[in-house]
Amino acid sequence: MDTRRNDGATGADEDVSRLITFAGVTKRYADGTVAVDHLDLEIPAGKITVLVGPSGCGKTTTLRMINRMVEATEGTVTVDGRNVRDVDPPTLRRGIGYVIQQAGLFPHRTILDNIATVPFLLGRDKKQARAEARALMDRVGLDPAFAGRYPAQLSGGQQQRVGVARALAADPPILLMDEPFSAVDPIVRASLQDEFLRLQSELEKTIVFVTHDIDEAVKLGHRIAVFQVGGRLAQFTAPDDLLAAPASDFVRDFLGGERGIRRLRFTQELDAERDAEREAERAGER
Amino acid sequence: MTAFGTGGEPLLRWSYVRDNYDGVIWEALKEHLVLSFTPVLLGLAIALPLGLACARWRRLYPPVLAATSVLYAIPAIGLFVVFVAFTGLTYTTVVVPLALYTLSVLVPSVVDGLRSVPEHVRQSAVAMGFGPLRRLVQVELPIALPVLMGGLRVATVANISLVSVGALIGIGGLGQLMVTGMKWPGGAYPTPIVVAIVLIVVLALLADLLLLLLQRFLMPWERVRRSRRPAEVTR
Repeated sequence: MDTRRNDGATGADEDVSRLITFAGVTKRYADGTVAVDHLDLEIPAGKITVLVGPSGCGKTTTLRMINRMVEATEGTVTVDGRNVRDVDPPTLRRGIGYVIQQAGLFPHRTILDNIATVPFLLGRDKKQARAEARALMDRVGLDPAFAGRYPAQLSGGQQQRVGVARALAADPPILLMDEPFSAVDPIVRASLQDEFLRLQSELEKTIVFVTHDIDEAVKLGHRIAVFQVGGRLAQFTAPDDLLAAPASDFVRDFLGGERGIRRLRFTQELDAERDAEREAERAGER
Repeated sequence: MTAFGTGGEPLLRWSYVRDNYDGVIWEALKEHLVLSFTPVLLGLAIALPLGLACARWRRLYPPVLAATSVLYAIPAIGLFVVFVAFTGLTYTTVVVPLALYTLSVLVPSVVDGLRSVPEHVRQSAVAMGFGPLRRLVQVELPIALPVLMGGLRVATVANISLVSVGALIGIGGLGQLMVTGMKWPGGAYPTPIVVAIVLIVVLALLADLLLLLLQRFLMPWERVRRSRRPAEVTR
């Protein structure tokens, strides 16, 4: 542990293993733009870590460096202790679920075959892969009647559920989600978020979730990483800490004027278990 | 009914059809089929890799598009005559120019088809661990297929019609019947001409229908695309 760089904010839960780490990671594009600037970040296993910030802050770039959709210019990204550079990209990606805003479903494949995409890629038995896909449909709240339909026949919210099911199909330990609920209306979004939390409480995946919506970040995140334009990490901490003690003017402005109300609502919503868990973490820290 | 001219000759004499359907007409029809479909297959075989290359290396496309457009603008008769100098009075002389026409229709279809693949679909394929070849074969080409099939139908119908021009150098399938009708001893004889026109039109319609059915069969997802989406269901 002592070889790892730990600032006060990231060191909240020492006993939790880190599945994904960034060490001195910079992404600089050919035109000189710096998307991510010397990022050090340790993402706890089995929890939801939200990357939040205004557009152009490098949150999506950070997410994509985990599965090598974007290659880091400097520094090291590790997944499960291995430098991602040492893993062949398709192999790496098949082990990491990925959900994007527009779902990105294959229009020419049925819902069932869309969900079974990665198991098919891994060469699993087709019949069994489809049976497992069917079970997943139930799990994410999709009507089994949709199995033989095509994505164009589904609504945006339903497509997003398929996207989540597809990302889970090969049972990857890690899930990357890039604004997965941003393209649907607020009511559908709220129900997708609720189900996502319920699902996560059963699955306990390591989730990295990108959003520009601070409310969503506070609702879903176990840890929140606030990014600011120029690709710098402004603060990385638990949601209640973030609301109670913004680390800079930028973070305070980003949280907005309703911070007090958000904090009140958030603290009321915290369930006892989560409260207790956090208390224990604090005790361990001291 | 004396559109053609001399001596009150009718447009269609059934006796000609009866005497020749399994002889001259059948031979002409067979030749016509070979001369129209060989260039389509040949053109497709070249257009596919060429179009893929143009979609992959974007700077390649403008010059290729310019070249194929110029090619398309050259009248068929001119190309046939030019090719006689190289390949003589053979099928090749008709097939090669028609393959070039097919190429100029299909290259843009391949490129436009590949460009019609939504970026988020391409990205999600990459993110799920598709390698480049697998992504092309399993994701991009199927999604490009509707646009490609559209081009294929246009090229096929155009070829079926263009083959007749080959009759001017003596290799024209059903076009040969038209020459026969025009050069009939003792004045023009409309019957072979009418038979050729009717068969060419029927052939073109049938080919188009077959390709349409193939398209439906290959792309079941396209049929549902325009149908309505169910109301949002949330549990």
